[in-house]
Amino acid sequence: MEKEHGHGKHQYGMVIDLDKCTGCGTCMTACAAENNVSVRPDESDKQRSIAWMQLFKITNGKEFPHTEVSYFPRPCMHCNENGRGHHVSPCVSVCPPTATQLDLDTGIVSQIYTRCIGCRYCQAACPYKARYFNWWDGYFPKGKGLERYLSPEVSPRMRGVVEKCTFCHHRLMRAKTKAYAEGRREIEEGEYITACAEACPAQAITFGDLNNPKHKVSQLIKSPYAFRLLERLNTKPKVYYLSTKDWVRKMADNYLPGEFKPVTKIGG
Amino acid sequence: MDSPLIPEGVKRCSPKLFFLWTLPWLGLLAWGGISAFLCLYKGLNQTNMSNIFAFALWIVFDLAVIALGAGAFFTGFLTYIIGKGELKNIINAAVIIGFICYSGAVAMLGIDIGQPIRGWFIFWHANVHSMLVEVSFCITCYLMVLGIEFIPIILENRQLDKVPELHFFGHNLHEIMAVFAATGTFLSFFHQGSLGGMYGVMYARPFAARGGFYVWPWTFFLFILSAIAAGPCFTILCTKLAEKITRKKLVPDRAVQTLAKISAWLLASYMVLKIADTLGWLYGIVPKAGLQFMDFYREGPYGVWLVVAELLICGIVPAIILMIPKAREHGGWLITACLLTCTGIVLNRFVFIVVNLAIPVMPFDRFWSYLPTWQEWGIGMAVVGYGFLLFSLAYRYLPVFPMEKNLNPVSE
Repeated sequence: MEKEHGHGKHQYGMVIDLDKCTGCGTCMTACAAENNVSVRPDESDKQRSIAWMQLFKITNGKEFPHTEVSYFPRPCMHCNENGRGHHVSPCVSVCPPTATQLDLDTGIVSQIYTRCIGCRYCQAACPYKARYFNWWDGYFPKGKGLERYLSPEVSPRMRGVVEKCTFCHHRLMRAKTKAYAEGRREIEEGEYITACAEACPAQAITFGDLNNPKHKVSQLIKSPYAFRLLERLNTKPKVYYLSTKDWVRKMADNYLPGEFKPVTKIGG
Repeated sequence: MDSPLIPEGVKRCSPKLFFLWTLPWLGLLAWGGISAFLCLYKGLNQTNMSNIFAFALWIVFDLAVIALGAGAFFTGFLTYIIGKGELKNIINAAVIIGFICYSGAVAMLGIDIGQPIRGWFIFWHANVHSMLVEVSFCITCYLMVLGIEFIPIILENRQLDKVPELHFFGHNLHEIMAVFAATGTFLSFFHQGSLGGMYGVMYARPFAARGGFYVWPWTFFLFILSAIAAGPCFTILCTKLAEKITRKKLVPDRAVQTLAKISAWLLASYMVLKIADTLGWLYGIVPKAGLQFMDFYREGPYGVWLVVAELLICGIVPAIILMIPKAREHGGWLITACLLTCTGIVLNRFVFIVVNLAIPVMPFDRFWSYLPTWQEWGIGMAVVGYGFLLFSLAYRYLPVFPMEKNLNPVSE
């Protein structure tokens, strides 16, 4: 697999093993709770609900008994390039007031809520639909316990701004603060992982530094079964997937007839 | 009652009739006012925009009126820089239409962004790599230029012209109008282009992405060319509509024919380049992304008919009509061709905005649909109402058409 994880010291990334994912949705729930994601009294309008971690159900399209089902958990891909070789994500290069940035030291694509003007150009530019606009004021129903769940580490968003997965950036800050307090300059593997990775009951999500050869993620992405979503668009996402099923890997990108090559050699 | 304000030597309807004429437009403005209040007070949940349709009806309206309003800068360029004297008979109308289109678009954008109070962040925290920053800078500056171009027309009002200071100020502004026409041309080239560039640089959306020259995707140049082709057509349509409503000849045929002829050649060049661009996209970007032409036109109402309508019916056909002198001299054919050209340009903007967003990029994603709410239509229609109202007021109280007096002598 081609390696391009930026020039920064750390490039945090994620590997999601789709063969392990059961589609239980715990990652979505943990993410929403961790990041103060607002809810609506009626969440049926899926075009306008907010899910930093979104779960897509896919099938191989075959009739019973040959039907197979898999799930695609989709956080923000934290793209390293915009598709034309520029070292900037598709959303970052278009944002007019510089409200979103690709941090070259961590590889994390941030979102400054108080800077965002809500023009939604970033949403239009993102092929993964990983960006969400706040169509309503933040809503955390009182008396139902939700207000007590709010995390003081993550600022709630106001109406009219775009939000997205930050790879739980506040957890990186927390881990760094702890390391500095203990006199360390670097954090260990496992000290900083995202809420979804921590919560996944099937341990399908692995998080770490793609630039650190000792981290499990940097080893997992060497698997011949590793792939990324819409890899041909050259956005260089830092979220990888694993699946031994050809039809799942094929579904992660667009292919002209005869273009898709199944994995034939293991261990490459 | 208002006769002292009406230009000398021309005939206008009674104030009562004029008031009745303004009622529908005031109605549209009221509808827009309520919609704007709801959107600003309650938020953009009043619209049917969504995380899929991040840009929708308002952006289509915006891009459409800005393209159609291009008649202002381009007619100014032809009149003051190229020296097409006959266009002086239509330049005032072109400037007013341009001012209406641009001010309407800026007002709509103010409601369209989620945090209107932070609109100035675009200038303060400008990301120079964003095409939208270039659009914002150029549109804001050009709106000011249009304002400056509009001032001398206002100062020609019979009563204002009596004030010596205002008379001289207006006269001097007229003298240096070439400077503003040149500034307007420069600014307009860049924002028309950047509006196209906005879509061409969506490199991760194969439907919109384009190759290009240096930092500018091909859509940058195509949007400029299509705007200067359609802008004069819209100016012609507006003056023809004004002539129909007032039942008077307002602009000499020569001015209209000059605009139509220039528009014809620009539209023809645009069509050649647009077809070349479409083929380049079809055989370059599309297969590289693992897609085929029909992958984009499979679902929903957005079929191949869009391509046929945009390129053939509203592109090649009007270009041929306008290029044939006998056809463009015929009133019916001229209006048909202008209408088709304007429709084609609106369709082009619609395709880049709504169709582009409706087509999912991830293979397992689904197709979503979108229909605007009455609040969205309200804001769009308010721009139409505002346009009719401002143009009617300008026509009534200002000498918009310099040849009106000569073409329609009032018998005492």
